[in-house]
Amino acid sequence: MSKAKGEVEIIEKYCKGCNICVEFCPTKVLEMDLFVVKAAKPEACIACMQCELRCPDFAIKVNKIA
Amino acid sequence: MAYDYDKSIRPGKLPHIWCPGCGHGIVMKGLIRAMDTCELDRDNTAIVSGIGCASRLPGYLDACTLHTAHGRAAAFATGVKMAKPEMNVIVCGGDGDGTAIGGNHFIHACRRNIDMTYVIMNNYIYGMTGGQFSPCTPTGDKASTTPYGNPDPIFDISKLAIGAGATFVARTTAFHATQIDKLITEGIKHKGLAVIEVLDDCPTTYGRRNKFRSVVDMMKRLKDISVPVAAASKMTAEQLEGKTLTGILHQEDKPEYTAMYKEVIKRAGGAA
Ligand SMILES: Cc1ncc(C[n+]2csc(CCOP(=O)(O)OP(=O)(O)O)c2C)c(N)n1
Ligand code: SF4
Ligand code: SF4
Ligand code: SF4
Repeated sequence: MSKAKGEVEIIEKYCKGCNICVEFCPTKVLEMDLFVVKAAKPEACIACMQCELRCPDFAIKVNKIA
Repeated sequence: MAYDYDKSIRPGKLPHIWCPGCGHGIVMKGLIRAMDTCELDRDNTAIVSGIGCASRLPGYLDACTLHTAHGRAAAFATGVKMAKPEMNVIVCGGDGDGTAIGGNHFIHACRRNIDMTYVIMNNYIYGMTGGQFSPCTPTGDKASTTPYGNPDPIFDISKLAIGAGATFVARTTAFHATQIDKLITEGIKHKGLAVIEVLDDCPTTYGRRNKFRSVVDMMKRLKDISVPVAAASKMTAEQLEGKTLTGILHQEDKPEYTAMYKEVIKRAGGAA
């Protein structure tokens, strides 16, 4: 199986720092930085969409790049 | 591709008013995906709500929306559907709005089996007004009005809907994001009253009073208590203790109300 890769985009002005995306990302791409999430390990994203699906604030988008 | 929610949201409406981690936003996204899957023409879709944090949902959506009086969403929605049976009608709101002050309207909409989809966000509390207990606050839990623990037994919303006559009843949680849109999609396609109960989280007024240290704790609980109906049939009563069934809980075919009413109009000699 070829590994999917994703590119994470964070809309900082919408993020409320709830931590849902950080907790449920299977490859620990995301980190909290003063109540706003950031992609600390963007290269580890497997485009599973868990973060985008569960973000209550429309603050995270993932595009499949491979 | 990232999902395009923007085309369904009224310009300039984000960020929404909900608190950090409030599950209502997750439900709203699920509803948008379901409306897209069903290819609902937004000009022919009415989304109706009462009052409460959950009831703020329609205001964000670019469709025909109606924000009504507390508890009265089902009544207004019934009016819309009766006047314009060709319209898709979706109701949304909270457990307080739908089962306390609006409980009567809720059960009678179920009884009539009118073709609408009712998405009820059950966060166990009156969020908007500061956390008073609702008919869905678990026994023993704390609310601003039950500081020593709630003595009341709860309404099981899905069972209430089935008992009252709804012909499609399903349950999921804010954790199970993809199941939200799948079940709402099924509900929209169903001819008759469809209830989709989404167990939800209110970290601000329920979580902080009841042993949850964070939003993530609340999400994990929603994950842990959920058992898909198919899996439950293979589990013992002991194993099911404290669990909640998810998925389609009930589905049947029964005459739909607006269709029956058309017949009444015909019999009375009116223009159908
Ligand atoms: C007639 C009337 N009674 C009481 C209120 C106050 N009120 C506003 S929202 C609400 C409860 C909402 O709870 P719920 O429907 O569970 O939604 P949530 O805020 O938890 O999402 C109440 C009691 C009101 N607005 N109108
Ligand atoms: S898409 Fe999946 S892997 Fe990528 S950041 Fe989101 S949760 Fe993590
Ligand atoms: S889930 Fe959304 S709002 Fe919550 S921390 Fe992540 S990006 Fe921010
Ligand atoms: S008070 Fe509760 S229900 Fe209302 S927006 Fe905040 S978390 Fe959501």
